[in-house]
Amino acid sequence: MDPYALKTLNAERRARRAAILVTDLGDGRDRIVREGDQVAGELGAAIAKAFRTGNSGSVEAGGRAFFLNAHLPQPRLVVIGAVHISQALAPMARIAGYPVEIIDPRTAFATSDRFPDIALHAEWPEDVLKRQPLDGYTALAALTHDPKIDDFALKAALDANCFYVGALGSRKTHAKRVERLLALGATADQIARIHAPIGLDIGAASPAEIAVAVLAQAIHAFRSRGLESKGAVA
Amino acid sequence: MEHSVYLDEARDPLIIAEGWMKDGKDVAIATVVETWGSAPRPVGSHLVIDTEGNFHGSVSGGCVEGAVVTEAIDVIDSGKAKMLEFGVADETAWQVGLSCGGRIKVYVERLG
Repeated sequence: MDPYALKTLNAERRARRAAILVTDLGDGRDRIVREGDQVAGELGAAIAKAFRTGNSGSVEAGGRAFFLNAHLPQPRLVVIGAVHISQALAPMARIAGYPVEIIDPRTAFATSDRFPDIALHAEWPEDVLKRQPLDGYTALAALTHDPKIDDFALKAALDANCFYVGALGSRKTHAKRVERLLALGATADQIARIHAPIGLDIGAASPAEIAVAVLAQAIHAFRSRGLESKGAVA
Repeated sequence: MEHSVYLDEARDPLIIAEGWMKDGKDVAIATVVETWGSAPRPVGSHLVIDTEGNFHGSVSGGCVEGAVVTEAIDVIDSGKAKMLEFGVADETAWQVGLSCGGRIKVYVERLG
């Protein structure tokens, strides 16, 4: 392995950015491909698939054998609001393989009694996200209904290109939210990425059912990354 | 299983390999490149080895690491990468094997 490739790969992994180490199994030469880098032909198609699935594997391209080692950051879920839905969503997401953090400055909501064993920040999103920035491998669900708490986090999630951004609230509530986000400098294209009303339409009624709808929508967003251009996303 | 969102730097084989390299050590990196049947570690898993036989990570559940370490020291000496294949113990030329009944292919290369 090329020492420079190893250093580059580790730097990408530390920064929670996806990278693939491509090794030519014939001559041992390797290189790092970052998400978004253009690679042509069969090899490019295999690399695109590895970024989407996170699966490593061998591939034949142009008569040569390559090994693609896909290093994707651990996807995670950040929830704004230590509310009733979050109490169901946090353990469900964790079981599904998406570690969860909850942010809510309202100390009456953000208590370890209500959220045992969940990473909880009884602080403003502004303060937490400064320390632990959002990224493309983070999903954000804004569940407080309160613009003072939700709006900053939503704008930050759009700017960080979070793979999923969802916001609780009716269409009417969302229309007002759109106005506020435009005023904060979000573009119309960015705002169109917000799932609102939040969650897949499964007729969810209870907080726990809404949590299922939100988690399913976030998983769908994660597993269909990069397919948008092919029209594969509903 | 709970996964950390950030790298576990103290146990991450590729981070350890980079540290060894900075310390001026010669290092080999072994990678699972293919698995068939029941295999304990997924494709892409790493074992990193230095010339003193220190190692971190795993390519199996401990079944073949000893053999990989021995081969890795050869690879560091020669600089030539090797492809190793391990199957059930009594079906292969290797002294060691996978008791789980699976087969794995491990690519061993020198760092640098």
